[in-house]
Order: sequence, then structure tokens, then C-alpha cells
Amino acid sequence: MTVEVIAASTGTPERFQPLQERGQRAVFCGLTSIIWLHRKIQDAFFLVVGSRTCAHLIQSAAGVMIFAEPRFGTAVLGDRDLAGMADCNDELDRVVAQVLERRPELKSIFLVGSCPSEVIKLDLDNAAGRLSRAYDGQVRFVAYSGSGIETTFTQGEDNCLASLAAGLPVTTATDERLLVVGTIPDIVEDQFRRLFTQLGIGDVDFFPGSQSTDLPAVGANTRLLLAQPFLGETLRALESRGATLISAPFPMGAEGSDGWFRAAADAFGIDSQTQTTALRAPRQRAEAALSKYREELTGKSFTMLPDSQLEIPLARFLSRECGMTPREVGTPFFDARVMAAEVPLLPEGVDWVEGQDLDPALDRVRSVRPDLTVCGLGIANPLEAEGLRTKWSIELLFTPIQGFEQAGDLAELFARPLRREQALKVGSWS
Amino acid sequence: MELTLWTYEGPPHVGAIRIAASMRDVHLVLHAPQGDTYADLLFTMIERDGKRPPVTYTTFQARDLGASTAEKFLNTLQSAYEHHKPGLILVADSCTAELLQDQPGTLAETAGLPVPVVALEMAAYSRKENWGASETFFHLVRAVLAGQRNSVAQNPVEGSAARRPTVNLLGPSKLGFRCRDDVVEISRLLQSVGIGVNVVAPLDAGIADIMRIPEADANVCLYPEVALETCAWLERNFGQPTIRTVPLGFGATQDFLAELAGVLKIDISADAVADCRLPWYSRSVDSTYLTGKRVFVFGDGTHALTCARVAQQEMGFEVVGLGTYSREMARDVRAAARELGLEALITDDHMVVEEAVSELRPELVLGTQMERHIAKRLGIGCAVISTPAHVQDYPARFSPQMGVEGANVLFDTWVHPLIMGLEEHLLHMFRDDFEFNDHAAPSHLGHGEGTLMEVEDNVIAMPRIRWEDGAEKELKKIPFFVRGKARRNTERYAEERGLTAIDIETLYEAKAHFSR
Repeated sequence: MTVEVIAASTGTPERFQPLQERGQRAVFCGLTSIIWLHRKIQDAFFLVVGSRTCAHLIQSAAGVMIFAEPRFGTAVLGDRDLAGMADCNDELDRVVAQVLERRPELKSIFLVGSCPSEVIKLDLDNAAGRLSRAYDGQVRFVAYSGSGIETTFTQGEDNCLASLAAGLPVTTATDERLLVVGTIPDIVEDQFRRLFTQLGIGDVDFFPGSQSTDLPAVGANTRLLLAQPFLGETLRALESRGATLISAPFPMGAEGSDGWFRAAADAFGIDSQTQTTALRAPRQRAEAALSKYREELTGKSFTMLPDSQLEIPLARFLSRECGMTPREVGTPFFDARVMAAEVPLLPEGVDWVEGQDLDPALDRVRSVRPDLTVCGLGIANPLEAEGLRTKWSIELLFTPIQGFEQAGDLAELFARPLRREQALKVGSWS
Repeated sequence: MELTLWTYEGPPHVGAIRIAASMRDVHLVLHAPQGDTYADLLFTMIERDGKRPPVTYTTFQARDLGASTAEKFLNTLQSAYEHHKPGLILVADSCTAELLQDQPGTLAETAGLPVPVVALEMAAYSRKENWGASETFFHLVRAVLAGQRNSVAQNPVEGSAARRPTVNLLGPSKLGFRCRDDVVEISRLLQSVGIGVNVVAPLDAGIADIMRIPEADANVCLYPEVALETCAWLERNFGQPTIRTVPLGFGATQDFLAELAGVLKIDISADAVADCRLPWYSRSVDSTYLTGKRVFVFGDGTHALTCARVAQQEMGFEVVGLGTYSREMARDVRAAARELGLEALITDDHMVVEEAVSELRPELVLGTQMERHIAKRLGIGCAVISTPAHVQDYPARFSPQMGVEGANVLFDTWVHPLIMGLEEHLLHMFRDDFEFNDHAAPSHLGHGEGTLMEVEDNVIAMPRIRWEDGAEKELKKIPFFVRGKARRNTERYAEERGLTAIDIETLYEAKAHFSR
């Protein structure tokens, strides 16, 4: 998969006419997704086949030291591997055996491709097949690429799920089942399950689940509802298995969550009265929570630097539900079909950017001086030092933000830096 | 291939970024895929830098592979120069770019930039971060001073008696351990004995400063991991002697001044270190309880070596384990360990370190942020002495490790996780008091910190041996802060003798066996 611009070939919607930028990017690679994927899939190990840089990236991006032996690691390539003095497949088998010796309870091992493994054309798909046979079905091996030359940040999850999707069991059942796609925290999954039950949609699977062995079957009866906006490849992989997409806005904020549940309910023929009955209370709770933040956020301007593909639904949420004014919104990649239900809700007069060229983008932030800039960890403190307020974008992936019950928490993430500016009397930010 | 769950050092190009970020007017153009830009956050988040490190990454993608990555490098180099206008440009490959063999150094020569361009070979598949920092600093200094080599031939020390001697402080860098404060403290110390500081590099140095390096009478190799190679080259080419004693600890600071006095042929009064409080604090009676505390030391080579000496000679601890992840300094650490009657632990696998700590059961661990986690897991007190370190180890307050004030800081920092002497006594006396019981932590430690938590029995996989009622009751009479150790030692003793049950006899036999 390459980071080609799908939007250009499928026609860019009227309201979303992005400036295409090419240049230095300041984003994580797809390996970073392992940080949340390994917390979600609890019987799996993520083995990156790469360099010391890969290992250092993941431990640094996680921003934490490990408290227990982690379920991810790197098979670090050395000179011997590159010079052909060691057979990479033999070496990989040895490292896998080492992992399994330490963690015999593992049910799956993801072999994760990196920039170096892609460049030397190490065939991890082949290796996964060989190892699956060698471990005789006791441990499942799945290969995908999280390399920086092919994936940006959240696209690592997309590739992971797309690889898993190819191996999901087949079903020929005809009763429609809902498949919610994308990693969401367990607590949010439980909230969603309860609401789907109240709506009268009982047959719901979540992908990925907490056990890698507990895989939903897919077929023509599968209706897909995306919980995360960065899953274009996974969507295509599931569609090739016969599943069909329910186009919906993403479940961020009261409006987004409402639209998301209603799109699913419509697809399952649930009448509007039942929908309103089931959704009224949680929607009211979400709106009540949001109203506390509206005063703080209304009229405040923001810029988002490209990062996770969450930018578009978040910009919609901040402008429509929090009264904020988007100035520039960058996204690393725009998938017109995934975003189809979001685009009509997008505010006018926004400078949309697809791709990135870091230095000019930072110069624009400096000249516009928005009240809040949503950006990566490497850029946040430098902008703060220039008197600008920022929100680290990675927290949007590590914190539960989806659904009605998290709408207030989501607004809080953006309100806190602004409140802190008001609270501190230790010299001015600007 | 080597299975790596966590790593003490980043790749070598992160070392190159550390040098660029430490200096003024230097820019690094790194041929690297997107994702490698994570390195920015090491500086902006861990060290709270107020600006991005001066690096431009080419961030090539799969579609660029083939002929166009070289072109991408040249375009990036050109636009980085125009945007940042640095006085010197470093160019390097990250691990992936090294495989492409675009040879950014050769490409950069064709760009015809009006500033010096220094090409670095980072050997990503065999070397690590500190090596990369050392290599970068060396090549940068050599490139800047290349033209001067023949003009300053004589040993600058000659004739220094007539004027105030000066030295360079080499090695302090961004993301080093307390470098900023060490430079302030050592500059103050040198000033107080009449020695001037000519240049500090790479930290806060510009190209003009590097050009003045040969003017000093000697080079202080403050952090050998970063500066030893450069110091050796300066010694060969400019006749500048290297001061090799790292002034970390009271004794080492004295030795450092003695070495300076010898090399610079000047007198330095012992008064220079007279203000240091560590010697008296260590001799005062309250510190008696520090005697023989079992300490495990692990870190980069510089800090492991110096801290082991402080622990043994200046705190009166017993060093029971010593190791480093710096393979470049393995020989020195091995020698130091031998002198302590130990075998050095040279490894970059934190699991091996954890095994060693849980086997040795020290009462204090001096290590990196990783050893802090290991110690916490095992319920042992810990002080951080070396990188890699957490954001909290880049404190707001002045907190050097080197020189006179550094020795004071070490005393305070290392004693803190232990139970204070008088308090230890009181804890024993009042152990049955209703408020002052087994679950009360000493007043200066928060819950869950320090040595007081009895370690959960499941931390070490010890087969359960039955404790008879009497022995269990007797065990309860032992002060709780040593009870865990008593329990483990007794079980080990019983296990080694094939006993299935422990009675009071066994308990005291074990106590006699393990007493020292």
C-alpha cells in the first residue's frame, strides 16, 4: 500500500478542497499503532522485524517505560543479517522461539514489517505461513507492514486489521450481523454493546476483540460500521469478503455518536421512534457534559497539523459542538469514501491540507497564531515556547474519546490547555 | 537478529542529533523515512527543549524508492539550508537510508552549499547512540579545525605559568545526565582555583567556539562516551593533554584537581573542595546505618564507574554488583569490578539486569530509569545516576552530579530512598505501636516508595516451604523492613538443605549463616 491520494482519483467533494503538500513530514510511522493494538489484543505479541530505531521509536512514542514484560519487541537486524552471513528466516525462527519460550501462553504473533525489512525485501508473509505450519496451529502468525515508508501512524492499525481480515472465518449465513471495526477501549465497547442491544441490534461483533482467537465470521450478511476513520484498507479487505459498509459520521461528540448509531439502526431497519427512545438519554448526558465546555471553547480558533486521520471528524466536532473556529486542518491522508458522511458536516472557510511540509506549515501557524494547535509531541513544546497553546495529538489515540459518555472528556482534552493559560500567573505565554 | 524488548541506547543517528541539538548554528540533514522524526520528542518532551532539534528529515516514502530518493535528499538539503541558514551542515543516513546507499556525503558535495558540510557514517546495524554522538562530535571538530592543524604545533602548556591557564570542557550534550548543571559546577570550581574555561562543547557551542578549542592548555574529558575520541585527536594534532579524571564524587574531584595541577604545572590548594559537605555528612553518626548497605550500580560507563567509587569509599556502602550498557567502556568497568571482587555485568538487555538485581537482593539500586522500574517492582530503593532517564530526572532546580555541589547532591539523593538512621532505630523500638506499625511508611517517603514494602512473595519463584507456627510468630518479631529478606534467606537456606518445613531453629540457623 502506498500513500497515494485516493481523493484525487475518486473526486474530491466540493466542501473539502485540500492543499496538497509534499515535503518533510513530522509524523510517527505505523509501528506506533502497536502501543494501543497490543493493549487491546491481549493474547498476541507484536514482533517488529527491524532496526534499533524501530525499538527506540516504540518505547519513546509510548512515552513510558515498561512496567511489566511487554507484549511487543523488535527483532533487531544486525550487520550479519544484512551481509547475508545469517539466514534471516532462520534468525527469525530463532527469535520467535525465544519469544514463545518466554511467553508460552501467546496465541498469536504479528510479524510487523519495518522500513529496513521492506527495503531488503524480507518476505514476512511467507515467514508467517511457514511459522504457522511449524507451530501447527497452536500459534497463529500474521504479517503486516507498519513501516514508515508505507504507513503513517494510525495506518499501522489499518494494515494490521486488513491482514487479519483476510483470515477471518467465512460465513454463508443470511441474517445480517453488525461488525464494528477499529480498536476502541473495552469500556467504550461495553457501552456500545449496551446501546446496540437497546436499539434492538443484538448481533454485533467488534473487530479487533480482546482475544485474537475469537474472530468474527464475515460474509455477505456482514454490515460494517467504522469506529475509527483510518481504516480504508481494512474496509476494502472486508468488502472483498462480501461485507458492505454503513456510511456514517464517526462517533465523536454527541452529534457524531448520534449519527453513528442512527446510521447503524437505519441499516438494520430500526424505526425512528425506537432510535430516539434508546438514544435520548445518552445524547442528553453528552450534551449536558459538553455545555460545560462551550463557554470556554466558543470562538476559540484552532489549527490541526496532520497526524492520525482523526482530524476531520475532530474538526467537525470542535466547530459544530464546541463553537470553535478551525483555521487550518491538515490530515496525512484523505479517503473520500470513509469520510463520505463527514464531509457534508464540515465547516466552511477552512484551509484543508493533505500531506505535509513541516517548515512552511509551522510558519503558517506562527502567522495565524490560533488559540490552540493540535500537533505531535515533537512540536508541542517548541510552539508553547513561542507563546502558542497546544494539544498533543497522540493523547487522542490513547484516551477513550468515542461515544456519548466520552463527549465531555473529548472536549476537556482541548479545554484544559486553554484553562491552564488562564490559571497560570507565572509569566505570559504570548 | 537480536530480540530487543527495550533498549538503553537509541540508534547512532540519535547520537548525531544530540550533538546538533547541543550546538548553535549547526543543522543536521538526515536521510530517513517518516517515523524517524520521533527523535524530536526526546528533546522537546524529555529535556523540555523550547525548540525543535535542528534536524531536517528527508522523510522518503515507498514511492520515492529507486533513483528519486537521492534527488529527494538533495532537494531537502537545499531547502533546509535556505530555511535555516546554518553555519555548518551535518549529513547522515538513518538505518533505512543506509541500505539505499545514496551516499548523502557524496551528494552533498555536488550541492555547492556556501557552508561546510560534514558527512557522517553512522553504522546503524552495529553501533548505538553514544557511539554516534562521539563520532559526530569528532568529525565535526576535525572538519572545523582541519585547516588549523599545522599552525599550532607546539604544546600550548609551555609557558602557561606566566598567564592564567585555561581548559576546554568537552562532552556535555543534550540528553546527557545533568550536563547543564555539571558544566556550571565544574566551571565554578575551575574558576575558584584560577583556571579559566576556554570552550564548552558541544553544549551551547557555536562554530566559532570550536575554532578556539586549540587555544586552551588542556581538554577536560568530562563525558568519555562522547568526548574521548575527540580529546585523543586533539592531543595528537594540537598537543593538548587530556584530563581523564571525571570529577564525580568527592575523591574524584580531588583527583581531578590534582591531575589538573600536574598537567598545567600550577598549585591548587586543597581548600578548593573544603566546602563539600559529603565527607562530614558521611562521617556523622547518623550515617553509621549506611555502613555496608548492599548497593547495585548500573548505568553508562562514566556514571557506573564514578558512582561505584562514591558508593564504596564515600558512603561506606558495599557494592555488590556493577555493570554498564556502554560496551565502549566495558574494559574499564570490568577492571573496576575486579577491584571490588566482582564480575562486571556488561549487557544491554534489561532482563539480564533484572535477573541480577533480583538475585543479589541489594538494599539500594543506583541505575538508569529502567533500574528504577526494576527496583520498584522488587520493592528496593533506587536513585537514578545515568541516562536513559525520565523527564523528572531533568529537574528544574540546580542539581549537578559533578564537583563539590555534585557530591552533596549524590549524598542527599542516594540516602533519600533508604530509611534514615535514627528513624530506623525508632521504627524498631515502636514497632508494636498502634500508629507506628508494619504498614506505616517512614515520614519522608510516599506510599509504595522506598525499601519498606515487604516484597510480594510471588516476585521470586521460590517453591513454597511450610513455616511452622512458632517460626512464623518469631519472624513477625523481626522488624518489618528486614523481614522480607529474613523470610527469603531462611527459605533459601531451608531449600538448599532440602528441608520441607521451617521451625525456629531453622530461622536462627539461617540468620547465623547469612550474617555478615
